[in-house]
Order: sequence, then structure tokens, then C-alpha cells
Amino acid sequence: MAIYFDNAATSQVLPEVIEEISSVMSENYGNPSSRHAMGIKAEEILKKTREVTASSLNVKAKEIIFTSGGTEANNQIFTMLLRGTKHVGKHIITSCIEHSAVLEPLAFLEKQGFRVTYLPVDKYGHVSAEDLKNSICEDTSMVSIMYVNNEIGSINNIKELGEVIKEANKGKDVHDRILFHTDAIQAYGKLKISPKLENIDLLSVSGHKFHGPKGIGFLFVDEKVIFRPLIFGGGQEGGFRSGTENVPGIAGLRIAIEKAYEDIDGHERKMRAVKNYIINELKSYEDVSFNGLTEGDMKALEETKEDFSDEVRTSPHILSILVKGVRSEVLLNALSDKGIYVSSGSACSSNRPELSGTLKNIGVEEEDLDSVIRLSFSRFNTIEEAKIFVEEFKKIVPALRRFTRR
Amino acid sequence: MKSIFLLKYAEIGIKGKNRHVFEEALCKQIRNRLNKNKISNKIINERGRIYVETETEEPVSTVTDIIKNTFGVTAVCEVKVVESKEWEAIRDGVVEYMKEQYSDYHFSFKVKCRRSDKNFKMESPEVCMEAGHVLLEEFPDLTVDVHNPDTFIWIEVRDKVYIYSKVIKGIAGMPLGTNGKSMLLLSGGIDSPVAGYMIARRGVYIDAVYFHAPPYTSDRAKQKVVDLATKLSKYTGMINLHVINFTDIQMCIYEECPHDELTIIMRRYMMKIAEDIAKKNDCLALITGESIGQVASQTAMSLACTDAAATMPVYRPLIGFDKQDIIDISKDIDTYETSILPYEDCCTIFVAKHPVTKPVLSAIEKSEENLVGKIEKLYEEALASDEVIRIHG
Repeated sequence: MAIYFDNAATSQVLPEVIEEISSVMSENYGNPSSRHAMGIKAEEILKKTREVTASSLNVKAKEIIFTSGGTEANNQIFTMLLRGTKHVGKHIITSCIEHSAVLEPLAFLEKQGFRVTYLPVDKYGHVSAEDLKNSICEDTSMVSIMYVNNEIGSINNIKELGEVIKEANKGKDVHDRILFHTDAIQAYGKLKISPKLENIDLLSVSGHKFHGPKGIGFLFVDEKVIFRPLIFGGGQEGGFRSGTENVPGIAGLRIAIEKAYEDIDGHERKMRAVKNYIINELKSYEDVSFNGLTEGDMKALEETKEDFSDEVRTSPHILSILVKGVRSEVLLNALSDKGIYVSSGSACSSNRPELSGTLKNIGVEEEDLDSVIRLSFSRFNTIEEAKIFVEEFKKIVPALRRFTRR
Repeated sequence: MKSIFLLKYAEIGIKGKNRHVFEEALCKQIRNRLNKNKISNKIINERGRIYVETETEEPVSTVTDIIKNTFGVTAVCEVKVVESKEWEAIRDGVVEYMKEQYSDYHFSFKVKCRRSDKNFKMESPEVCMEAGHVLLEEFPDLTVDVHNPDTFIWIEVRDKVYIYSKVIKGIAGMPLGTNGKSMLLLSGGIDSPVAGYMIARRGVYIDAVYFHAPPYTSDRAKQKVVDLATKLSKYTGMINLHVINFTDIQMCIYEECPHDELTIIMRRYMMKIAEDIAKKNDCLALITGESIGQVASQTAMSLACTDAAATMPVYRPLIGFDKQDIIDISKDIDTYETSILPYEDCCTIFVAKHPVTKPVLSAIEKSEENLVGKIEKLYEEALASDEVIRIHG
């Protein structure tokens, strides 16, 4: 049986989601823009998902824009800065461990004359509020900090960072506010997020990371934000994102969101139990360590497995393991052979290691960069699976360590 | 649409009494390739000329591409056939041909005639003169240049009259099936597919062997080799790809032999296994992509050691090629983009920082004595692991 520990790359689509998509595709195939009954039915689907999505974040329905996924959402946010009619400050602040769907659009903006500050992170992958505060200047127009890091699972203190920005925006005209964006692609569906409480203006989400379909995602855009579209056309999504809506995808997304949030604490407990089991089993294993776990995280691990307070700064589902002296690709292949699917570094950049900056930036030694595997869990993973993983890991690693480049 | 093509095949033409063997092999290859592409065809092989008649909805270029990429074809020309041998019919045919094939007539030409039907009442020079005259009258932009024309316009008088002028170069070589079968050592790199192509081009059918070393090489690396073999098979026809699990042999060498000799000893074992598989599959020789001095394991002395592991002939068509020459061919045959995908192959996994570049056979053989008693079983297991992937060209 397959053990799928690569849920941060993508996740299994829920049967209920598939059913919904298939029924919408075969029966409700109308275009939401059509005036007839079929169109109205399709429009209803959008409306329903928009409401469910909004309530999962405690925001207004009109603040949700559906996109083709997380990458589009991020691209939309950054290229928006290029299209202002008014003066836009040419300074952007981000962190050095963002996903390439943030870093690459920013590299493009740099070529267009923007200045980008890449905030450092501590050895656990966290951006400090102090650093953010110090880097804000007169012409800062946007701050973009990821919610959960995709390679090591560190959770940024978005609320604290949001406070800094709120403070900096005091007394500013609505046009001159610094916008706060967070790439929540690894966080949404796993954590409770409240943009209004955390001072988030813009937030990107991808559907397939939490058992929804690929090709659908959304943006939360605070109603205060003066928005400028990336894609022009028929004026769908209130003119913010043209193109006939992916109605089946949006229908499926709703189910995925409902299922993710109907017992989010329970899901979190399940994932943490799997993650904690593996940490406990391997923490004293020779030359094995974990990336991005703070002392607080480790302490929480020992004290209780049920409760995770705000002190815990690691995500429930991502675990980055450094296995000294073993090449991650080889370990990955060996596990794959046993039907256990994990990832090396970050799945998105596995073929382009130069893009995998998180490990370097949290201080992993050069020689160890190629010896890291990433496990990422879903609420459907079990302790049984974790046990099998640990058993196989303990069999494979010594065998591989016997044969290393010398 | 019906079309008729004339084939040229320089090298076969100089064969003696067995020439028909080569011609028949060529006809068979072309027939197979056209059939595979569902292009209905008839091949006429007579008096030193091969004509291909096709009928298809596909554009003419699709058919010429298939024909020109058949080993043995040096050139292919689309011809116009005039059924009647009356001069008026020939004259009209030439004019029609020019109208069909060209739209701009600002070029120089010379008419050439070949008259194998000696009963035809006009002689060749006369045909040339008359046809040239008609063309100049009909197309005032044309000019005649008998010494260095832009285009030759051919009129061949045989059972019928054949007119052609555009000559499309073929990939030449010898028809497949005229030189048996050989076993290619196929890695995921740039060189080995090119080596396979070059030997196949001499009329040799190809089978291939790939050494897979899981978990050190991924399934993607294996898929890459399948993809390369598939691209190669567009030229070579069907390839039986033998995938051998080489991990345990590699590990055994790693544990028992000096590390700087690992690659050379590993390659010797690859040769031995490839030879065994080759013999089992009626292959007459091995093919490798080696080129003198390209890497440590391909220095002259290393090659001597590798070569000694095989008793069969080893064809190394790239032996004197520079890397750039090899890359150029790999781009021509469309294997380059696949070859440069970044998956590790088994040769690079445990490569020493400073491998030997001047190995001496006796010393290598001495090191290999450490393997005795352990390697035999692994060797048999490797042979037994042979997974054959049949790749239809």
C-alpha cells in the first residue's frame, strides 16, 4: 500500500470533491455569464463557494477572487504594482525563504525598477518583526511574507508582522498604505487564519494543497485595497479576473474547504500526532536532525501531544529531516521503491536546486544541502504509516551510508 | 493525393552482383515505414531506379520526410510522370511541372535528359534543346546557364517519361537489415544515442542495454533512456531495450576494489554483461559512445582496459569525434534535448574525485581478483534481472 507523505506538493482529491466536480461538469455546465436558467445555476455555484471561502477566513464574500491557483494569485499581486495610475512606492519587502512563485515575480519587478529587500530569517525560518520594522521606508508599497514555509514548515508570526505594518500605516492616505500580502498556500486548510485580525490585505491560496482540485485557487483582497487586474477580458470576478470561471473547479473547491474546516483542530491533532511520532522515533538516531524546529516546538512535543499553544511555530504537516551522508534523491528513490512517497528539499524546485534557498538561509551547511528530505502529511495519514516509514528508514539509511562517495 | 518519388542511393549503386540484396532491403524499409504511417504505397524497383508511388491525404513533405530519413537514401525527388511518349505530351508535361513546382522563375536552369528507351525517336541533346526552348518561351523570367545553373531540370525517358528537378538530401548510409544486429550500451547521455544512430546507419539493426542502479538512479533516469531509445527507433526501427539491475555489482566493486579504479572496473563489467546479452540475442558486436580522452574512463589506456573485457568486436563510431561534433549530430537526430535532462546515471554515482586515467590492464585484473567468489552470483542475478522493453520504431 502506498504511503503518501508528499502532501505539500499536492494532495489526494477527496472523493466528495470528485463527485461534485463530475456532477457539475455533466449537469451544470452553463456559463455563469449566461442570462438563462443554466447560467443562473452556474452563478449560484460561484456564489456558494465564495461565501464558504469568505467565512473560512471571516471576511466578506466580495473580498474573494478565484484564480487558477497559487502561482497566479502571487503573480497577480506583484504585477499589480506595475499598473498603477497613481505613483506607487518602488520598494517591496519580502523574506529570503519565499517560494519561487513569489521570488520570481519579484525578480521581474526588480528589472522594472523596483527595489526589493529580502529579510533574513533565524535558524528556524522565522522573520523577525524588528527586522521588518527597520526595513520599512518612505516608498515601501508592499510587504510579502509567507505564512508557512513549504520546505521546513516554519510558521511566521503573521499577526505580529501585521501589527508592524499597521503601525507604519498610521495616518497614511488609503492610496499610500503599505499592503501586506501573505502567501498562505501551505497554511490555508491546515491553520485558522483571520486576515482582519492579522492585518492581512492580500492572501494567496491554492486548492490542490488541501484535497481540492488542481487549477483552482483564490485571492483574498481586502476591500480597502485598490485592485488592478492581471487578466482582462469579459469582466468576470467583478472585472478583477476575466475569463470564463472554472465552475467545476470552484464547486470542488467549496467541498474541499468545508471538509478542511469542519474539524480543523481535529485534523491538526492527527497530523501533529504523525509528525511528532516520527520526530520522537528519529530524534536520537545517529546523524539525523530536523530543520526548523524551535526549542519551544521540541518542548511542546515532550509535554503534551494534544495541546499546541501559540508557542508552537512549526506547521502540523511539514517535517524537514536532515540525514547526514545520504543523498536525498537516493533516499527518496529507495523509499519510493517501498511505496513511501516523500520529497527532496522542495517539490517545486527539485529539478532546480539553486532555487531551494530556505535550507541555505536557515544555515544548513553546504555539504548537507543535498541530504534533506521533506515529509508532508495530511489528515488521512496514520501512526501506522508513520511506523512503517520509521522502520523502512532505519533499514535503508544504514545501507545507504555504507556506500557514499569517497 | 497521388505522388511519385524517385530515390537515389549512391553507395548501393556501386555494389556488384549482390546489389539486388541491398535494393530489396531498401525497398522493404521504405515500405515498412510508409505502412507504419498509414500511407498507401507501391514501390517499383527496375533497371537501377527505385520509384515510390504513394497515395495519401498527408502533405507531400510528410512523405518525403519519411523517405529521406530511411537509411540508404541519398536523395529523394518528387517526379511528374507523363504516360505518353509523344513529344507534345512531354512538352506540356514539362510546362505543367514548372507551374506546379515553382511560383517565382527568376533562376537559371539547364535541362538534362536521360534516354534509356533507345526506341524513343529524339536523342537526348535534342530533348534538352527543345524543352529548354519551350521553357524560355513559356517563362520569360527563366535564364539558361549550361555551366553553373541554379537548377537542373531532368527528363528521363523510360517506359514512361519522368520529370523532376528538386532534389532533397537523404540521410544516406546503408539499408537496415544488410548488416545484422548489434547491441548498443545506452546510457542517458549525449554520446550513446549518437553512436547507435551512426552504426544503424550502416545497415545494422540495434538492440540496447541500459544499466539501472536503483535507488541510486531514479525511475526518471530509466524513463529518459526509454525516451531516447524511442527517438532513436524513429531511424533504426524496433529496439529491444534490455534494462539490467546493476546495483549489487556496483556495490560489490565499491566494497572490494580500490576506489579510483571503480569506474573502469564497473565499465568492464558492463561490457561483459552486454556481451552476454548480445550473444543471447543474436548480436554480432557491441556499440559504445566512447571518444578518446573525453573523460577519465575514456583515455587511451582506459579504453584498452575496457576493450579487453569484451571478446566481441566493439564498434566505437565516435572514437575520433570532438564533443561538439557529437552534440551537433544529437541535435540533428533530436536526442539532444532528452539527453541533457539532469538525471544521474550509474556511471556518475560513486565516481572518485581522482579516478585513474592511466590504468594498466594487469593491475586492474589484479584488483578484480578481490571480487572472485562474490561477484559470480551477483553477475548471474544481474543477467537474470534483464527486463526487456520493446520499443516499436
